[in-house]
Parts: sequence; structure tokens; C-alpha cells
Amino acid sequence: MTYTLWILLTASLVGVTCGLVGVFLILRQMAMMADAISHTVLLGIVLAFLITRELQGMHMLIGALLAGLLTAFLVQWLHSLDVQLDASMGIVFTTLFAIGVILISTSVGNAHLDVQHALMGEITFIPWEKTTLPILGEIPKATAMLGFVLFIILFMIILLYKEWKITTFDPLLAASLGIPVLLLHYIFMGMVSLTTVASFDAVGAIMVVAMLITPAASSYLWTDRLPVMLILSPLFGVMSAFLGYFIAAWIDTSISGSMAFATGIIFLISFLFSPKHGLIMKSRQTEQLET
Amino acid sequence: MEANCIFFEGVRKMSLLFSSNLQWVMFSTMILGIAAGAIGCLSYFRRQNLLSDALAHAALPGVVVAFLLIGEKNMLVLIAGAAGSALVGAFFIQWITTSSRIKEDTAMGMILSIFYGAGIMLLTVANRTAGGNQSGLDTFIFGQAASMVRHDVITMAVLALVVIAIVTLAYKEWKIFLFDPEFANGIGLSIKGMNILYTLLLVTTIVIGIQAVGVILMAAMMIIPAVSSRYWTQNFGRMLILSSLFGGLSGVFGTLISALGKGWPTGPFVILVSACFFLFSLFFGKEKGLLVVYWKRKGQWKKLRTASPDVTPLMTKGVK
Repeated sequence: MTYTLWILLTASLVGVTCGLVGVFLILRQMAMMADAISHTVLLGIVLAFLITRELQGMHMLIGALLAGLLTAFLVQWLHSLDVQLDASMGIVFTTLFAIGVILISTSVGNAHLDVQHALMGEITFIPWEKTTLPILGEIPKATAMLGFVLFIILFMIILLYKEWKITTFDPLLAASLGIPVLLLHYIFMGMVSLTTVASFDAVGAIMVVAMLITPAASSYLWTDRLPVMLILSPLFGVMSAFLGYFIAAWIDTSISGSMAFATGIIFLISFLFSPKHGLIMKSRQTEQLET
Repeated sequence: MEANCIFFEGVRKMSLLFSSNLQWVMFSTMILGIAAGAIGCLSYFRRQNLLSDALAHAALPGVVVAFLLIGEKNMLVLIAGAAGSALVGAFFIQWITTSSRIKEDTAMGMILSIFYGAGIMLLTVANRTAGGNQSGLDTFIFGQAASMVRHDVITMAVLALVVIAIVTLAYKEWKIFLFDPEFANGIGLSIKGMNILYTLLLVTTIVIGIQAVGVILMAAMMIIPAVSSRYWTQNFGRMLILSSLFGGLSGVFGTLISALGKGWPTGPFVILVSACFFLFSLFFGKEKGLLVVYWKRKGQWKKLRTASPDVTPLMTKGVK
């Protein structure tokens, strides 16, 4: 496969994985948790590197998963002590991120870890680092990792679909039915961390946030049904990936940056023209009511 | 009062060790900490703690556009650009939240990442054009207090002082605005006007902080001191002073620690010191600190036990 195709495939995998997780994220009103986890994942990666002294996919995945869960746990703990939810997020993620940056600049030295690179991400180099897998042959590492994570996410969503639905829309009912709401919350945070770290490696932290939140928010404007949202949101993610790639190629700039920007374009279109909750439709309805 | 003392102390020190660059940096992080601590209290009571995070990220495209327009790194122009795009971001968040079913936190996350993405696009272009890379635009955005020169510090200090002055002078108005909006309407205080003023102050504080601590950690400068001060007092005025004090002290000590090692970043150490203040307050604070809560609970247990010994078994579970 050619260079461009690998980039588009990797970015589409990010779009699909983030799109699926994002739907639950915004419905549970935890959008900013994506921002928080995407930053603390850095600490997990640094720690994994300091312990194992190598930058390898599996170690990073585990380190980031633990960092994500630690974030979720600390945020929950502070919140249970009467700190406002958004304030506890703000305290936890910035502090853990600061520790990560300090560790990088004091002890990691000249490893292939660079804060700026990690945050901006550059998908351009993805196709060069390949690995060989059985059956599939030689494919880029990041793409393989994303495929693996997408499989886990899909499996978890399908396996616990009913539970996700009830805990998302009616946590009180879920609790009264004996569904372990808090355990599911932590499982979900684990899924967010996995998604973040797999995509983080490919496209950088900020694009992960864009891909997690924006396509899901766009799909929320088109439909009221969860299954439809779960189809639309990944679709918007893939569309943003393609649109972003072509914008980047056109003005010759950062691919990840313009993919994040492209999610915004798709949101803007949904915000204005969606037949259900779009701005234009709404103003037309009020006009009709007035006459 | 105490915040003021710190300020004058800083000025005195600065005049003593005029030549040292460290003093300049320390002064700038301190005054930034004071301003951010004060504004953070307002955000805390408006329940908009993470708005500062979103707006700090949203400032990025403005910085780059300002740089591309004038072609050099002039702090005042970059700040103006940053403020412009942060305000556009704030407007979008407000617009999306009020005119669609999208919730505020989702809107903040979207604006944060989309603006940042656009900023990175522009930054790549700017770095490609001649001289962009040497301009130090990257250090401006990701924060490197050590790279600040005297001129930058003065610009920053003046703006921070304006912010501090407005918060102090309109103290009564802020109180009414935050805690009793209906009363504000009654006495003819415009809530909309106060809201605009609040957003302007928030954006100003964020953009002057970007160069010192970077876009990501700017939010921490506002959130952590405010929450910490909550553990010591219930009084809004005292909270403002205490929060500014925590912010200012974090700035000073963080800068000092970061000066100990070569190439140690300032921003993260400032945040770390701030986090230590928070942990200390969380455990030992006199209002709702963990230790005080524990003692109070223990006392109530004892009272209950002596009053009616038979209820003790019932209380082993879920005492709050």
C-alpha cells in the first residue's frame, strides 16, 4: 500500500475508535475528561519508559492505561470530598501533566520523547515504522495498535451494550437494578485511556480530544437514537480524517492539526443545517410558529 | 493585605538584584500567580473552572496570526492576537451552549481542540516561512519563563496589575454578581456588563500567562489556588487574598526550584508547588479539611455513643 493510503487508514481508525467512545463520553457529560486523560497519558508513557527503558507499544499502552485510571480515580476521589467536578479535573490533570513534563526534562534526557511532538503529534511519520504481523504482513506499528484497540472497544461496547445504555441515561435506575455503576465508570475510563494512547501515538493529544468530542457532538445534533449516533459519529470521524488530509495536502501544513480543524467544519455544518437541531431549521420553525 | 506585602517584597528584592534575570522571572511568575489566583476565585464560584483551560488553548491561532501579520515577536501584539482569538472562542462556547442541545463542557472541549488544531496548522506554516523558526514562537506558546526579557516582564506586570486593581476596586460588585444576581438587577448593576468584564479579565490573565507557563498549565494557575483557599475560609474577601497569596508564593518557589537545575522548566515546577499547597490545605485546612472533618466526626460519634449506647451498631455503616 502507498504512503497516503496508510495515513488515511490510520487516521480513519482513529476516527472510528474515538467516534464510538466519544458518543458515551458526551452523553455522560464527561467531555472534558477526554482533555484530562489525553494529557495525563503523557505521565504514563514517561513512567513506562523510565521503568522499561524502551519505547514499545505494549508498555506504553499499559502505562497509559494506568495513568488514565489513576486520573479517573483521583478526580472521583476529590469530587467525593466536595470539590467541584471540573475543578477536580483541572487540579488532577495539570498536576500529573506537570510531573510528566518535569520527568521528561530532568531524567529522560534525549530519548525519543518530546512534549511538543507528543501534543501536536505528527501522523506523517507513521508509515515508516513498520512491524510484521502474521497473515496481514508488514503494516505500520501505530496502525496495528489502533486496530487492536478498536477491536477491544467494539467488543466492550457490544458485550455491555445494555449496561452502557442504562448507566448513561439513567444512572439512578441502573443503581437500583443492581448494576455496578462505579465499576462501569472505571471500565469506561479505561476504554477512554486505551483509545487516547493508541491515537496519541499516531496523531497527538489535541487531535484525540477533537476526534473524541466533536464527531460525537455533531452526531448528537442529527439524531436522538443511540444506535444511530454510534453509526454517525464514527462516520463523521472518518470524514474529518479525509477532509483534514486533503486540506493539509492543499496548503501544505500539519496533518493532525488540520484533521482536528476538519472535525470543526463538520460540526459547523451540523450546527447550521441539521434537520433536527440545526440553527436554520430552528429559526424556520419559530418563523412558522409566529405566522 | 498579605498579597500586597508579597508584591512590595518582590519589588524591593528586584531593585536589590536588578541585574539578575532570575529576579525578573520570579517577579513575573509571582505577579501572574497573584492575578490568576484572584480571577480563579471568580471562576470557581461561576463553576467555570475549566473555561480557562479551553480559552488558553483557543488563544493559539491568534498568537500565530498576529505573528504572521507583523513578522516579528512583539509581546504586546502577540498578546493582543491571543486575546482576540480567546474571545472568539469564548463567544463560540456561549453561542453553541445557548442555541443548541450541546452542553457547556462538550462545547468547551470542541472549541479547545479545534482552535488548537487550527493553531498548529498556522504554526506549521509560520515556521516554514523565513525566520519563523528562529522567532521563538514555540517557546512563547509552550511557555518558557526563562526566555522572558525585561520588556516582556514589564508588559506582563502592568497588565496583571490592571487585573488585580479591577478585581479589588469592584470587590462589592463582584460579590453581588457572583452570589446574588437578582439583587444586582434590583440595584441596576448590569449582569451582562459584569459578565463581559469577567470574560475580559479572564482572557487577559490567560494570555499574559501563556509565555510564562504555557497554554496547558495556565488553567492550573487559576484553579488550584482558588480551590486550596476554600479550605481555610468561608469569607469571599479572605478567599481572594489567600488564593492570590497561594498563587504568588507558588510562582516564587516554583521559579526558585526550577533555577536549581539546568534546563528545568519553570511552569511545571510552579504548578507542582501549587499542588503541594493544595494537598496541605486538603488535609490540614480548617474548613472541611480532611483532618478536621475526621475529628468532628469522631466527636459526634462519642456524643452519640454516650447519649444512647444502643444505636452504636446502626452507625457502623454510612455515617456522613
